[in-house]
Amino acid sequence: MLVHFRIRRFNPEKDPKPYWAEYDVELEPTDRVLDGLNAIKWYQDGSLTYRRSCAHGICGSDAVRVNGRNRLACKLLIKDVGNRIEIEPLLGFRVIKDLVVDMEPFFAKYRSVKPYLINDDVPPLTERRQSPEQRAAFDDTTKCILCAACTTACPPFWTNPDFLGPAALVAAHRFIFDSRDQATQERLELINGRDGVWRCRTVFNCTEACPREIQVTKAIGELKRALLYNRV
Amino acid sequence: MTMYHKYDAVVVGAGGAGLMAALQLSRRVPTAVLSKLYPTRSHTGTAQGGIGAALGNLEEDHWEWHAFDTVKGGDYLSDQDAVDLMCREAIDTVYELEHDGLPFSRTPDGRIDQRPFGGHTRDFGKAPVKRACYAADRTGHMILQTLYQQCIKNQVNFFNEYQVLDILVEDNICRGVVAVDIASGELHTFHAKAVILATGGFGRIYRITSNALSNTGDSVAQVLRRGLPLEDMEFYQFHPTGIYKMGILITEAARGEGAILLNGKGERFMQRYAPTLVDLAPRDMVSRAMYDEIRAGRGVNGRDYFYLDVRHLGRERINEKLPDITDFVKTYLGLDPAKDLIPIQPTAHYAMGGIPTDLDARVLVDTSNTPVIGLYAAGECACVSVHGANRLGTNSLVDIIVFGRRAGKHAVEFVRGAEFAPLPPQPQDRVREELARLLSGTGRETVAGLRQTLQNEMWDLASIVRVGDGLKQMKERLADLRDRYSRVTLGDRGRSFNTELLEAVEFGYLLDLAETIVVSALAREESRGAHFREDFPQRDDARWLRHTFIRRVNGNLELSYKPVTITRFQPQERKY
Repeated sequence: MLVHFRIRRFNPEKDPKPYWAEYDVELEPTDRVLDGLNAIKWYQDGSLTYRRSCAHGICGSDAVRVNGRNRLACKLLIKDVGNRIEIEPLLGFRVIKDLVVDMEPFFAKYRSVKPYLINDDVPPLTERRQSPEQRAAFDDTTKCILCAACTTACPPFWTNPDFLGPAALVAAHRFIFDSRDQATQERLELINGRDGVWRCRTVFNCTEACPREIQVTKAIGELKRALLYNRV
Repeated sequence: MTMYHKYDAVVVGAGGAGLMAALQLSRRVPTAVLSKLYPTRSHTGTAQGGIGAALGNLEEDHWEWHAFDTVKGGDYLSDQDAVDLMCREAIDTVYELEHDGLPFSRTPDGRIDQRPFGGHTRDFGKAPVKRACYAADRTGHMILQTLYQQCIKNQVNFFNEYQVLDILVEDNICRGVVAVDIASGELHTFHAKAVILATGGFGRIYRITSNALSNTGDSVAQVLRRGLPLEDMEFYQFHPTGIYKMGILITEAARGEGAILLNGKGERFMQRYAPTLVDLAPRDMVSRAMYDEIRAGRGVNGRDYFYLDVRHLGRERINEKLPDITDFVKTYLGLDPAKDLIPIQPTAHYAMGGIPTDLDARVLVDTSNTPVIGLYAAGECACVSVHGANRLGTNSLVDIIVFGRRAGKHAVEFVRGAEFAPLPPQPQDRVREELARLLSGTGRETVAGLRQTLQNEMWDLASIVRVGDGLKQMKERLADLRDRYSRVTLGDRGRSFNTELLEAVEFGYLLDLAETIVVSALAREESRGAHFREDFPQRDDARWLRHTFIRRVNGNLELSYKPVTITRFQPQERKY
């Protein structure tokens, strides 16, 4: 089928301002939107620029806005979008070139919640024990691939770029609810600040945007309850 | 000199092996990690099923059994000293990962859960054993996340989206690397005492592959271009269960959990090929069985695919144990694994060969194990060789963790006693020249067109089943492709984020590596593991129980051979 792409393009090296470029591509209905981008880059215009790697929804490179919604281009099929596809870079970050945005501020927020296990006890000779129930408490938030689809779909983040945003909160949840971690209070304080968890307005855009189907809003709700009742 | 950096150690690549090495190094010596992707994008993250270690949490197991399975799985081409070391150290490294926070799936009593996997057996081949430690079907994702998180904790210096384009090796001493900062397009020279290469595989040589678009074998080709040898390049693994036409992997853990393979007549055809392990036979055997079934007209609808049947596991078990593959099947095929059969075919998956190393991951310059001073390699880009002629499932994750760690530990000691070797006078010249040539091209060829031709022809002539005439034909095709590559024209001539230029560079790597595969495969007149020659269908230990070394000398590829280290497992016929 013939698919019409409108792509938001901007190369600061030469373009005074962003513009829309249009391409027609012959694709199969079961092709990925990423296949469309590749077809344009490989056979029509080599300068079209985007990130991609695994092409099956695991590496998190190719989060973009497709017809106004944040999606991974490799996890969205043409038949599920239709024959008119509009693609823009994620909102809220500086555009480096075309669909490539500066991810540094996003990773800085991730780092700020101490996203690593903290446990200063001398480890046992074998594994630390954790029951399947304890493991299940944070299973959902271990799925995060840091694609930034959730954070850049979040209206409170758009209005306040200092807000930690859903992805960093998901990382905090992953460790706060891990029975092996000993820094619960420290992390709860980190997310309790001005730009922390209370900026969340329960819009559910993050949950809708997550390509890993993480229940992001639910996880943030669990963090709020942990703070309110001081209980994990 | 502009854009000059000096670090005791530089790690190239930020998948499992690179991050593991970086963790060892950065706690002790100034270290930089250069990666063409953000670390969490690395291909380690797509590994699904598990990491093999004889913990014995559910049933009796011993690392010696794991070692036997690895050697037999590798069709006796593995170096057995390296295998012993890997299988022994696997146990401690899995515990170490758990202590670092890896959220393994758990047994009811809170221990790391384990499940069966292809070719892993109890008591030297008697029956399948539960050895694969796992985190649902996203084990690689959890390893990558955990290691990246530990790197953040240890304040590792990352240079994200810096793509290394040359390794500065002269007079058998490594002096650093040259990289491009992708965002700005500027070249940077990294002066180092030790360089650890960990850039992964090169599945993009083939049409159908489970590998990421970025798996282009960068450092493997760069090492070859610097006149160093590569080892066992003819051994490339095809995983039997890729999603039909797309190549996306459906983990072997599906079969570990009880899924079965069916041909077009609805038969469990693996019963005929591997009566003991059946669907859990090693990957080379299953892929080759599929090839035979297709040729006998027993593919589904007489075509080149089969069905993976997981339906009888039930929805609950599928959702708990295999959530990601359920998601893939739903997303890309519109099917429900609890109700539908999954169409699958073999997919290019893993390079057993690569940059030859010793047990401390030092890169070797010849068949008598002389190391290059200050150069290391670990993970899929390296060849220790633990996987021999065919890698067992779960052993790639074992390899990256064990040998990434060993590379890091050895490099720490090395840099403490070493001085910085001087850089060559104009270290960036080779890279500048290569980029300038590509940017100024005016011919009519496109990289995409050439790459598609390469991938199709390698799939047809140098994949699961090979024959001398086909390989000779492929050699000629490669010469033609190389000629056409010199006439490539780019549409993007800018500096910033010029991914078209980098794809052109990467295509050059694929071309180099394809040639080493074909030349090594043509010379090896036997069938062993993943290398199957229709014209030489038997294994021939008398002539070929040895490793291939290939290097470029004055433009020509030259072969030499190295004996296999055999300790306790004498070669036997390989039956499952």
